[in-house]
Amino acid sequence: MKNKESYTEIPLTSSTKPVISIKGLFKSFGKTNTVLKGINLTLKQGENLVMLGKSGSGKSIIIKCIVRLIESDEGEITVFNENITSANNSLLNAIRLRMGFLFQNSALYDSMSVRENLAFPLKRHNKNLTENDIETAIIQELESVGLSEAIDKMPSELSGGMRKRIGLARTLILKPEIILYDEPTTGLDTITSLEISELIVAIQKKNKTSSIIITHDMACAKLTGDRLVIIKDGIIYAEGTYEELENSKDEWVNSFFK
Amino acid sequence: MILKNNIDSLSVTLKTIFNDTGNATLFMGRFFKEIFMPPFEIKEFKRQCFLIGYKSLPLVAITGFIMGLVLTLQTRPTLAGFGAESRLPGMVALSLIREIAPVITALICAGKIASGIGAELGSMKVTEQIDAMEVSAINPYKYLVVTRILATTLMVPLLVVFADTIGILGGYVGINIHSDVTLFRYFSQVLESLDFIDIIPPAIKTFFFGFFIGAIGSYKGYTAANGTESVGKAANTAVVAASLSIFIIDMIAVQLTDLFF
Ligand SMILES: Nc1ncnc2c1ncn2[C@@H]1O[C@H](COP(=O)(O)OP(=O)(O)OP(=O)(O)O)[C@@H](O)[C@H]1O
Ligand SMILES: [Mg+2]
Repeated sequence: MKNKESYTEIPLTSSTKPVISIKGLFKSFGKTNTVLKGINLTLKQGENLVMLGKSGSGKSIIIKCIVRLIESDEGEITVFNENITSANNSLLNAIRLRMGFLFQNSALYDSMSVRENLAFPLKRHNKNLTENDIETAIIQELESVGLSEAIDKMPSELSGGMRKRIGLARTLILKPEIILYDEPTTGLDTITSLEISELIVAIQKKNKTSSIIITHDMACAKLTGDRLVIIKDGIIYAEGTYEELENSKDEWVNSFFK
Repeated sequence: MILKNNIDSLSVTLKTIFNDTGNATLFMGRFFKEIFMPPFEIKEFKRQCFLIGYKSLPLVAITGFIMGLVLTLQTRPTLAGFGAESRLPGMVALSLIREIAPVITALICAGKIASGIGAELGSMKVTEQIDAMEVSAINPYKYLVVTRILATTLMVPLLVVFADTIGILGGYVGINIHSDVTLFRYFSQVLESLDFIDIIPPAIKTFFFGFFIGAIGSYKGYTAANGTESVGKAANTAVVAASLSIFIIDMIAVQLTDLFF
């Protein structure tokens, strides 16, 4: 179970061609702090991939490299068969539009109301939508995260859990085919965490999305993950289904499931 | 040994200054490239004009009035000594328009606007709002930076004209403390003493003041490091650098005016 070759294939209903594939990804900060030391990873069509690992192990860095918020030092990342690392600006933006990114701290636009937060990306990328279409889309997306009453609030008036869900609605409104979730349930109570985890599964089913979910929340991992990977020392240390990893003989892997 | 250490630390400091100046220049260069490429963020530009221009009016009005008043009261005895008291309105208007109103207004804007932009963009950077725009394929430089630089470039000159006017009115109040001049007579004296070359060069330099206030505030905010303390640092260094740039521009402007007018 220690390396990539030995993981078992998960039977999936849809086809299993990779939508993201990462080969030999390296990233260091400064001369001494090498965070990623050769990550190999694929995300298959329609799959929810959960990424585990200790705090500071470089999980956020990996998904930021996928959308090229951070330039990698070495390695190849392909998304929808396009090479992200060498893409020019317009190609990069075209690919980014097909991906959604949920930030660890939601990253809502402070100066805009919830409505404007959702309208902002939508208006810019769909020039021929009428005001009515936009309003309908906003209401529909807010309903799907269960927060339609917050439409006129400012981000500063929302709780952490509400911000997470608004952030998710803002991501979903562009109908992404891939969603990258950075700790969607961290800092939330058990009930809200469960609601968000269920929402993630519902989105996968309904929109046929493929996702990478970074989490420390094992309940969320169990519920949402078709496949799990664990990052340690800059590489993928273990890979498998929840049950496989839970019953792993490796003590370190096991400690995640305690 | 001590000398060597000093030279080392000096060279490090110089390196940072040159690096920072170089990066800031590239950052500003991007403005001229992106300003001509659609989409144009008209709505955000208008909002920034309102926030930067309209919201600064009270502050600029108060300081403008006091500048005119104080200048009049302090110049009066000197002119009276030469028996040239009738020259007072012209003197005050000239000093205000040529030097005092542009520089003081620009410094106030550096304190209010550059620090505001630095803190706002800095906190957007730190809370990943700028990254969020980037990943949703929106150009954050165009939306946040181009609109702000354009707004300060256009609003600071208008604020200076406003400060000129209020300052001259303050001068009128100052004159009437000691003597009795009608508003009409005062203004005709002011206008008599003003020439084309008193107005145009200072007007041109205010556009540069505005540009650098917006550009430096944006640069410091946009390039803020991670962590909340860097937001304070961005606001702080924005004020210092913008104020410094105002004096440097002023110095260059005086030399050029001397040469050409
Ligand atoms: N901008 C940066 N400059 C320097 N080092 C950085 C930077 N961003 C991240 N790092 C380093 O990269 C490492 C991994 O960061 P990352 O945010 O990916 O961790 P993570 O696995 O997401 O942790 P967490 O679970 O706490 O979110 C950290 O140890 C940090 O030292
Ligand atoms: Mg993280």
